[in-house]
Amino acid sequence: MASVFGIPLAVLMGQLLLGLINGAFYAVLSLGLALIFGLLNIINFAHGAQYMMGAFAAWLLLTIFGIGYWPALVVAPLIVGVFGMAVERTMLRRLAKLDPLYGLLLTFGLALVIEGLFRQQYGVSGQPYQVPSALQGGMNLGFMFLPIYRGWVVLASLVVCLATWIAIEKTKLGALLRAATENPSLVRAFGVNVPLMITATYGFGAALAGLAGVLAAPIYAVNPLMGSNIIIIVFAVVVIGGMGSILGSVLTGFGLGVIEGLTKVFYPEASSTIIFVIMAIVLLVKPAGLFGKAS
Amino acid sequence: MNRWIVALIVVAVALAAPFAIYPIFLMKALCFALFAVAFNLLLGYTGLLSFGHAAFFGMASYVVGHAMTKWGVTPELALLAGVVAAGLMGLGFGYLAIRRQGIYFAMVTLALAQMVYFFCLQAPFTHGEDGIQAIPRGNLFGLIPLDEPHTLYYFVLAVFALGCAIVWRAVHSPFGQVLRAIRENEPRATSLGYRTRHYKLLAFVLSASLAGLAGGTKALVFELASLTDVHWHTSGEVVLMTLLGGMGTVLGPIAGAFVVVMIENKFADAGDWVTILQGLIFVIVVLLFRKGIVGEAVDWWQRRKAQAAG
Repeated sequence: MASVFGIPLAVLMGQLLLGLINGAFYAVLSLGLALIFGLLNIINFAHGAQYMMGAFAAWLLLTIFGIGYWPALVVAPLIVGVFGMAVERTMLRRLAKLDPLYGLLLTFGLALVIEGLFRQQYGVSGQPYQVPSALQGGMNLGFMFLPIYRGWVVLASLVVCLATWIAIEKTKLGALLRAATENPSLVRAFGVNVPLMITATYGFGAALAGLAGVLAAPIYAVNPLMGSNIIIIVFAVVVIGGMGSILGSVLTGFGLGVIEGLTKVFYPEASSTIIFVIMAIVLLVKPAGLFGKAS
Repeated sequence: MNRWIVALIVVAVALAAPFAIYPIFLMKALCFALFAVAFNLLLGYTGLLSFGHAAFFGMASYVVGHAMTKWGVTPELALLAGVVAAGLMGLGFGYLAIRRQGIYFAMVTLALAQMVYFFCLQAPFTHGEDGIQAIPRGNLFGLIPLDEPHTLYYFVLAVFALGCAIVWRAVHSPFGQVLRAIRENEPRATSLGYRTRHYKLLAFVLSASLAGLAGGTKALVFELASLTDVHWHTSGEVVLMTLLGGMGTVLGPIAGAFVVVMIENKFADAGDWVTILQGLIFVIVVLLFRKGIVGEAVDWWQRRKAQAAG
């Protein structure tokens, strides 16, 4: 059997794929965080909770209404997005003129409430979610076995990131959004409804997190703790990449996922801390982050 | 002298408290109060929100636990080891974290603390999920056994008073003035010739060391050092205590810690409802009274005085 540095190639490829999948989630989540940060100037601590809500929404849609994976892929992010917009309208809006730290504290509190409620209701053991029938099974690529669903997750995340990038960089709405990020009051003077835009952006960021949650549901068990487990890593990813550019967030997300996967192969003890170590190094070498603008 | 009377009453109440209230509860509250006071030195007086203070609190409790069980030293030496460990970690983390400002600072400290959590999960001396159990309390200075609850309480009270005195001294000194200047307007403090980075780092190390003192004392009180103490949830708790009590006030974090610990004890059987309630308190405080209990009380008192005068 082929091997690299004494590691069987199939094992290496398997971990690489797992790394890519984790990286896909890091990318989608940090993309949403960066979008929200750009316009609202807050770090959305509830992002992990919203990711978890997406997974639970898919699971509940299936178990209560019998609505399957494909419709859930649209409906669950919508639910989370509407929830996000309600949060922005009723709470975050009141903090707009204050120190951005208050936004962090508020969303942290929200995350505790959401996670606590789901734990209270569903426990911490996790609920299984079936891989949809069209994506079951796998392909033999010769050097490795590729479970189709995992390939789909990577592909779908790439498409989502690319679509978001096009929407923001190449459309008129995106141009307005970028302008509002730079100077909201000026854009408002041109007759653009900036408050509506802020609500929509927060909703969209939350929906992205929800979508990542649906994608994650068949891979990891649907678990109330899944959000807080991933959000801290995503924060480190955001610090490493900087929140200046969309492509930067996506690249950093995927890249760090792959590095984490490789660490699992070559030095498993460090696999849970490697991203934080990289963050420390980046802070020493380039404090503004790899793609960040110096402040 | 009005002040002296108030101070005397406070001391008398603190000394008499264990005869009226369950000492373990008091000691837990005092440990967390010291933790919150140390944390407030950063948030309230320097304007830095650290979301990773559990790392110092928890690591010191592990060091104290290890020193007491494996090295068999006296408790004051074990505490010293815990404080030094927390302070050194604070130096490293602070050096990294102050390279970024505001919201990034919070994220960096949170991420570094999570790294410590994973380290403690795997390192052999922490005993992973079990934690260090049955930590002996030993004899203070090799003379005074700390196992008797009231003796232990007075020891914890003394540690708490020492920690608060250090923070009080730091805040009411030229050093504290500079910290407040940094909080209000860092570029201006820089332009006045202050090396703001040095001040921030020093404040961070001081805060981390005192958080370690609190964590180490807690390990002695509960005879246990566990993963809970290094978990991000504990970092969130200390933020909640300070926010609820009133950041930037001396008494606020103490009041906040007592309230939060009281809630925890009251709803100990209700499991996840404690977390939900804590989250709700966060939301309510941020939306409705950002100055916290003590801050709002002081405001109300001053308004009343102004009305009476005018």
